[in-house]
Amino acid sequence: MAAEETAQGPVTMLSTPIRLDYNFTAGVAQSKSLRGYAEGRFIGQRCPVCKKVYVPSRGSCPKDAVATTEEVVLPNTATVTTFCVVNVPFAGQSIEIPYITASILLDGADITFMGLIQGIAPEDVEMGLRVEAVWVPKEELGPTLASVKYFQPTGEPNREVSTFAEHL
Amino acid sequence: MSTPPPRQGTRPVAIVACAQSKSERRIEQANEVELLMPVVTEVYANAGMTKDDVDFICSGSTDYLIGGPFSFVTALDAVGVWPPKAESHVEMDGAWALYEAWVTLQEEGKDVALVYGFGKSSLGDLSRILALQLDPYTMAPMWPDQVSLAALQAQAMIDQGLATEEDFARIASRARHNALSNPNAQVANEKTMEELMKDDYAVAPLRRHTLPPLSDGAAAIIMVAGDRAYDVVDRPAWITGIDHRVDAHAFGARNLAESRSTTKAAENAGVSAGPVDIAELHAPFAHQEILLRRAMGLNESTVINPSGGPLAANPLMAGGLIRFIEAANRIMDGSANRAVAHATSGPVLQQNLVAVLEGAS
Repeated sequence: MAAEETAQGPVTMLSTPIRLDYNFTAGVAQSKSLRGYAEGRFIGQRCPVCKKVYVPSRGSCPKDAVATTEEVVLPNTATVTTFCVVNVPFAGQSIEIPYITASILLDGADITFMGLIQGIAPEDVEMGLRVEAVWVPKEELGPTLASVKYFQPTGEPNREVSTFAEHL
Repeated sequence: MSTPPPRQGTRPVAIVACAQSKSERRIEQANEVELLMPVVTEVYANAGMTKDDVDFICSGSTDYLIGGPFSFVTALDAVGVWPPKAESHVEMDGAWALYEAWVTLQEEGKDVALVYGFGKSSLGDLSRILALQLDPYTMAPMWPDQVSLAALQAQAMIDQGLATEEDFARIASRARHNALSNPNAQVANEKTMEELMKDDYAVAPLRRHTLPPLSDGAAAIIMVAGDRAYDVVDRPAWITGIDHRVDAHAFGARNLAESRSTTKAAENAGVSAGPVDIAELHAPFAHQEILLRRAMGLNESTVINPSGGPLAANPLMAGGLIRFIEAANRIMDGSANRAVAHATSGPVLQQNLVAVLEGAS
């Protein structure tokens, strides 16, 4: 054994590639939101107890632990609750830096999701900025949030932070 | 009412309410939250409780089944942890979540626990997923599947004269028959041992009928410490003994035809301290039932797996917890006085959890 080690050297590293393939189940509620994207609209659900609106909904209210069944169609207009100016290049980056990623609170929704902001200089973005969704052309719509090209300013005055503080 | 004294711990803890989904080969529509939500709702209803009554929550599941990180956090959407609750998770079958809850309920001031386990075996290739629980340097890179490993164990039993292929078929025949009265079972039918022996081998010496079904499913339990249990149910299923033991991870380091960890856990749980009316054994492969029965010293008077057991329904990460449910239900409905619940984890019965459940005399 010792002789073999001297001849070839001890094994110090081995590589064991692992690959697993999965089917993904979006679920009943999230499927509705995904199909909504394919129609160019936001579909959420309202909790029957606390009345909060989740978009996309996972089929339950995480606060009240009850199933959410009431569907709510939400508008294209939204408020930027908080944002980040991306200045760092990374592998696979598809948008020219600097650009803005923001937490988007759709009007009538109680939960934010991440969205890209375009049509405004990074230094001009503020919390409370009013924006609207710009969808990809109709023939490119699909069951994915990528159907939303980006959000752009509506020109309305910014919202006071106190009006959406609960969602920060 | 005279509550049976616990062998371990200082506070008696009982299972007071249970719920489980029907096991299915593939639940297409529902995601994990949607699978779990009706089960959690049902267990609260069975206990006459709401989420606000619960002091501690513990779950068992694995991200390897869903193929995404922190899936147990997502699952909390089904449970409602607001205002903030003491909550924990084990990357194991829900039976081990029950064990953690039992430990937690030993603490004064923590009286009620919700325990659940869930798993969808249908999302990936279970043979490859389960290979990843093996030694990552010398074993997992060869991707041995769980059926082949179980076949090695079954062959070792045959070689040592402990069982025959007909014994395996007899167990499968009884499991399928028992499952006819279990509305949550997946494989239920009347087939004689002789009929089953005509099955092809999956991996010799294991024929098709000796394998568990692939199942999607979820299960939940509510546990209560002390006399409060009698407020929920007339006849709580008191956990009078519970123990978890582990055999060596490397197969070469143990005799596969025996289970020393099960023997040790059964001793510590006090299995032989009284007659055992029924035992729900988490033996996913037919031969493992013989092995577990021997390891625990259960005799012919004990009814094994009246629910049909894992050969009838085997949702990964909930299958062990379901053994506790099936045993507890038989204490609570008065059809058994003393029952054994067993759960296993890891390759070929590496880890074993044994509990004794008793009704008050």
